[in-house]
Amino acid sequence: MTEFSFLIPLLPLFSFVMIIFFLRWKEMLSAVFSIVMILAAWVMSIIVLIETIARHGDNYEAFYKFVDLPNFVLEIGVLIDPLTAIMLVVVTTVGACVEIYSVGYMHNDPRFSRFFAYLSLFLFSMLGLVVANNFFMIFIFWELVGLTSYLLIGFWFEKKSAADACKKAFITTRMGDLGFLVGLFIIGIYFGTFNYLRVFDIAGSGMIPAGILTAAAIFVFCGAVGKSAQWPLHVWLPDAMEGPTPVSALIHAATMVAAGVYLVARSMPLFVTSGDASMVVAIIGLITSFIAASIGLVQNDIKRVLAYSTVSQLGYMIMALGLYGYDHFHGQHSPGFYAGTFHLYTHAFFKGLLFLGAGSVIHAVHTNDIQEMGGLGRKMKKTALTFMIASLSIAGIFPLSGFWSKDEIVAAASHHPVFFIGTLTIAFMTAFYMWRLCFLTFFGEPRDQHRYDHAHESPNNMTYPLIFLAVLSVCAGWVGVPYLSHGFASFVFHDEAYHPHPNYLLWAVSTIVGGGGIILAYLMYYKKSISADAMANRFKRIYKLLYNKWYFDEIYQKILIDPVMSIASFMWKFDANVIDGAVNGTGWLTIKWSDIKEWFDTWIVDGAVNGTGWIVRQGANILRFLQTGSMQFYALFIAALVVLFGIYRFETSMMEGDEPIFTIGFIIAVVLLAVAAKLLQGRPQTDRQAESEE
Amino acid sequence: MLFYLSLAAVLFAVGLFGVLTRRNTIGILMSLELMFNAANINFVAFNKYVWADGLIGQMFAVFIVVVAAAEAVVGLAIVLLLYRNWQGIDTDHVSVMKW
Repeated sequence: MTEFSFLIPLLPLFSFVMIIFFLRWKEMLSAVFSIVMILAAWVMSIIVLIETIARHGDNYEAFYKFVDLPNFVLEIGVLIDPLTAIMLVVVTTVGACVEIYSVGYMHNDPRFSRFFAYLSLFLFSMLGLVVANNFFMIFIFWELVGLTSYLLIGFWFEKKSAADACKKAFITTRMGDLGFLVGLFIIGIYFGTFNYLRVFDIAGSGMIPAGILTAAAIFVFCGAVGKSAQWPLHVWLPDAMEGPTPVSALIHAATMVAAGVYLVARSMPLFVTSGDASMVVAIIGLITSFIAASIGLVQNDIKRVLAYSTVSQLGYMIMALGLYGYDHFHGQHSPGFYAGTFHLYTHAFFKGLLFLGAGSVIHAVHTNDIQEMGGLGRKMKKTALTFMIASLSIAGIFPLSGFWSKDEIVAAASHHPVFFIGTLTIAFMTAFYMWRLCFLTFFGEPRDQHRYDHAHESPNNMTYPLIFLAVLSVCAGWVGVPYLSHGFASFVFHDEAYHPHPNYLLWAVSTIVGGGGIILAYLMYYKKSISADAMANRFKRIYKLLYNKWYFDEIYQKILIDPVMSIASFMWKFDANVIDGAVNGTGWLTIKWSDIKEWFDTWIVDGAVNGTGWIVRQGANILRFLQTGSMQFYALFIAALVVLFGIYRFETSMMEGDEPIFTIGFIIAVVLLAVAAKLLQGRPQTDRQAESEE
Repeated sequence: MLFYLSLAAVLFAVGLFGVLTRRNTIGILMSLELMFNAANINFVAFNKYVWADGLIGQMFAVFIVVVAAAEAVVGLAIVLLLYRNWQGIDTDHVSVMKW
């Protein structure tokens, strides 16, 4: 089956094409078709995973060279290794759940079929990204994922906020992609190939200068920063919650944002060659994780809390991967790589579940504001229960899946004091804000009676995916428990397998921290023995800072958008005045020049023509008087000429004379004759009258 | 010979003067006859003094007399038509091709 793994991305593509061109008018049919396709891909992914486990770490690679130059090859192909196999299963599982869930969530939407088409296109891009065997191909799918994310965030483009959010997401991630592209150029120039395995071989061989390796790793990481919403490009993800909730679950929690983490994990052989780059990765991850978790503490929009939680968890993974690269570079063993990928895998399930649960709640009460909810647990038992399982999982409570993966991250950070403290702080904050959400939403008295009365449990096709994901949220982590000798860690590893062993002290610490967060939330939002408002008042400044998301949007507005806008408006003015001025000036000059030419044409050229005509006319005016009409005058003329000619012959025979002078004299004589004729014109008349009178 | 040529020249000049100055068309025709005759005298004179063996000059003179008679017929016919059209035979009438 592994040989046919290239079909896995093509199945959703097929469904996209079918829906767009043929099935769009049959809503249920398009939904069912895309679900069947993703389920087929899911089954194939699971078979591929089983086969990959059976192959014991041998990679499967197949590719087709679509640009084959003597010293440069672009390939399109698949690379199936344990990491890929795991990601395939994660993406198709969450994708299938989300598609089934969307049938219920999106019912009555005017663009129902198109939603499934977009989801299919997204799954195609994401699966293509996962199976890619080279950096060039991953970049293509990377951008496709960005495009479909744009389409899906802006799915309800009638809402201005959604339209703005999709633009923001697209442009912000484009910043990171620019860096990724530069990284690709560096790899293309210095490594001469884009194929993963060859790039990693070359990177590990020591032929490339350390500076280039660091630059390549950091620029590739830029792509991950954009896509995985890491600080300082994290601002787009919370806004992306304007999209339909299934989209948030699929794209902005489980899969697309995981692409950045996947890219770092995939390129780990490149990162381990540069300690500096890995340290940058780890620091960015820690900063992101801390900032996002702190903002999540005070937000009131249920999806935004989850969005910040996602950013925070992605930062966690990135940090673990960065720490692994750093430790590995310095020759130390670290569980970071295993921890990062393991958390990526477990997080996809419980975060997908959280978003789908939030979608179920929003579907019931038609608001995102948790301050208007409360007590919903009594009406929506399945949703509440599954949501709480996911919250326990993300808080890292034994023995749910989040516990095992988060614990490994804590273990990875335990050698670095700053990171260790940061990790525990973040774990505490995570547990707190997740349970704040749970208590405010599902417990206590309803704060908006009207909405509460209208609330109802979601239909089965929405709750079944929830239950399925809840089961995974509990069990998925068990593949990585330290008691298994051939668990997740010995399956997905870089360089050499890491064999986790139970560290009870760490377990106790992280459980205490996670439980402490839950208990604090319980006291503040359920028992109300500690007043949340009093806390907010006491730490007013911090509260305002967090509530306004550390003012990142405002800062970016001031230092990035406003200058860009003013440059743009300057450019516009430059364009309107200088460029247009030049164009218009050219036109004006042309008009003036043609005015000159017109004048020249009228007065000089026409003047020459008319002047010629005028001269001829004037000449004729003189000469026409020769035409007296009188035969006798003509005869006289002839006779005179004969006489003149005779004189001329006589003269020339006497002496070889000056002909021109004579000729001129001749012409003058003719003209004089004509004038004479004119002057004499009246005479015959009077003579005749005189004669007739006689 | 000088006498003959001078006579012919005088006669030709008189004829030419008549042609150029007479307003009466009949007068012009008569003056033309004078010019023909001046030419005839030349022919005869040259025949006698330059090429006495031949009779070409004499023959030419006879031909000119005949042709002049025919020409006079044509000329008089034109005069007749002039008279019909303008009720007069003055050359002043015949200036319709004036400028």
